[in-house]
Amino acid sequence: MKQYLINTWQAIYTVLVGMKITFKHLFVPSVTIQYPDVKQPMVDRVRNRLFVNMDDCIGCDQCARACPVNCIEIETVKSVPPEDLGKTSQGKKKALWVTKFDIDIAKCCYCSLCVYPCPTDCIYMTDSYEFSEFERNDLIYKFATLTPEETEEKKANFEKFQAEKEAKKAAAAAAKAKAAAESKPDDKKE
Amino acid sequence: MYEILTDIIGNQIVAYVIAAALPLFVFILPFALVAVLAERKVSAFMQDRLGPMRTGPYGLLQTVADILKLIQKEDIVASDTDKKLFNLAPILVFAGSYAAFAAIPFTSAYIGSSADVGIFFIIAISSLVVAGILMAGWASNNKYSLLGSMRSVAQIISYEIPAALVILTMVMLTGTLSLSEMTEMQTQYFWNWNIFGGAETGIVKILLIPFMLVGFIIFYISSLAEVNRTPFDIPEAESELVAGYHTEYSGMKFAMFFLAEYANMFAVSAIVVALFFGGYHSPFGYLGNAIGIDWLIPVEQLFWFTVKGTFFVIVQMWLRWTLPRLRVDQLMNVCWKYLIPYAFVNLIIVGILTLL
Ligand code: SF4
Ligand code: SF4
Repeated sequence: MKQYLINTWQAIYTVLVGMKITFKHLFVPSVTIQYPDVKQPMVDRVRNRLFVNMDDCIGCDQCARACPVNCIEIETVKSVPPEDLGKTSQGKKKALWVTKFDIDIAKCCYCSLCVYPCPTDCIYMTDSYEFSEFERNDLIYKFATLTPEETEEKKANFEKFQAEKEAKKAAAAAAKAKAAAESKPDDKKE
Repeated sequence: MYEILTDIIGNQIVAYVIAAALPLFVFILPFALVAVLAERKVSAFMQDRLGPMRTGPYGLLQTVADILKLIQKEDIVASDTDKKLFNLAPILVFAGSYAAFAAIPFTSAYIGSSADVGIFFIIAISSLVVAGILMAGWASNNKYSLLGSMRSVAQIISYEIPAALVILTMVMLTGTLSLSEMTEMQTQYFWNWNIFGGAETGIVKILLIPFMLVGFIIFYISSLAEVNRTPFDIPEAESELVAGYHTEYSGMKFAMFFLAEYANMFAVSAIVVALFFGGYHSPFGYLGNAIGIDWLIPVEQLFWFTVKGTFFVIVQMWLRWTLPRLRVDQLMNVCWKYLIPYAFVNLIIVGILTLL
């Protein structure tokens, strides 16, 4: 009988204790972060979406070679003499037109290995992490700043330059050969 | 109310239909809308969350959106169900909980049915809910549904006993079965409420208070069990039974169960208010009396009734987010070993006190 009364009392008492706790929590400010509106700041060293600052890229292909999953594709074209590509912000001279700089972020494993070798520190991780797409192809980020026409132009320029160089070389070689040929008979004459 | 409507409209049948539908559209639907939102907000705040925030300012339109969604849902009837019973069950459950509103006095000017057997009618008619739940579980042809409905029926029938015993106590004290008469006895100030010993004076009133309190607690606990609210939600026990007896329902039929649950929540709170807390009476007298406007009094009464009823609904939610679910054996233990003996003792003592 005594136990019975104790049980009853404890049942009521413990329910009241519980109700007191939940009542207190009614006035505790909520811990919810209203995500798309409010974002938690990311830590400094987060690895998320890659970004390439094309102004500084010298097209050295180091990052593409460092990547373990080969998700960076770089194509470059050499500049021809009158063209001046300017300098990087660190004072390095740029000599290559970067005609293609694609990062397939769908393949990327965020290892950050491409970031370290870059001589100009122009490829780096940003803190943006919302980049879902409907098409997988949209996840290939194209960083090259040249338009396709410009690319064609640069390629053509380079080929022309190359061809001219070849021609010059050939001409020079021919001239040399001719000169040599001419000088020989001279030798013979004398 | 019915007579007034007949006078206005002149057609008895139309007046009858309107009088019958009035509480549904004026009271239960808006109440369910608000209560569902309140439930989600209360639970969120108690768990340090925010709850729905996207639909409308502070998520206020969340339930409206939910209802619209429910209306659009496909009404799925699985192939192996017992179609007739399956379709009848939600209607029966809703009818049972809606019918209880007929005998609840919202104000002195409006009561659905002024039958003298008010509270008795409510106990009787809410048994329809039991039949409906059993039907739903059986017709679903799903073991979870059946388990849920069996538990529900066992629970409701068991807890009807302590509830009925407490109601009997109150009927003995007041000498009437009609809820509006009971309310009228607790008129004027709050010390005339039954929880404070009723409108009597003298030593008996003081002596009655602890027993009224016990009666109130017993009745409140058993009413929680009768509407399947936590900690007595083992019929729905999401973690064990998917959703209990309404697992197989979708769309509007599910919405009817849902509406019935919320209507029931208010119905039992209203009974608690009418039995113990002065019904629709204001605790401090009426403004209408003070400034001499007669029609203001029923409006104030409706206000007080809603406030008191809503308060007990909020306490139900509060309990729901505080207590874990009971086990089936614990459930039966609480009812048969604790509530019923206490209710009996209470009945006898109050009986003796009323004789004094
Ligand atoms: S982070 Fe790693 S995987 Fe991604 S591009 Fe750089 S090297 Fe490749
Ligand atoms: S390592 Fe840096 S400079 Fe070199 S290609 Fe990659 S991004 Fe450009």
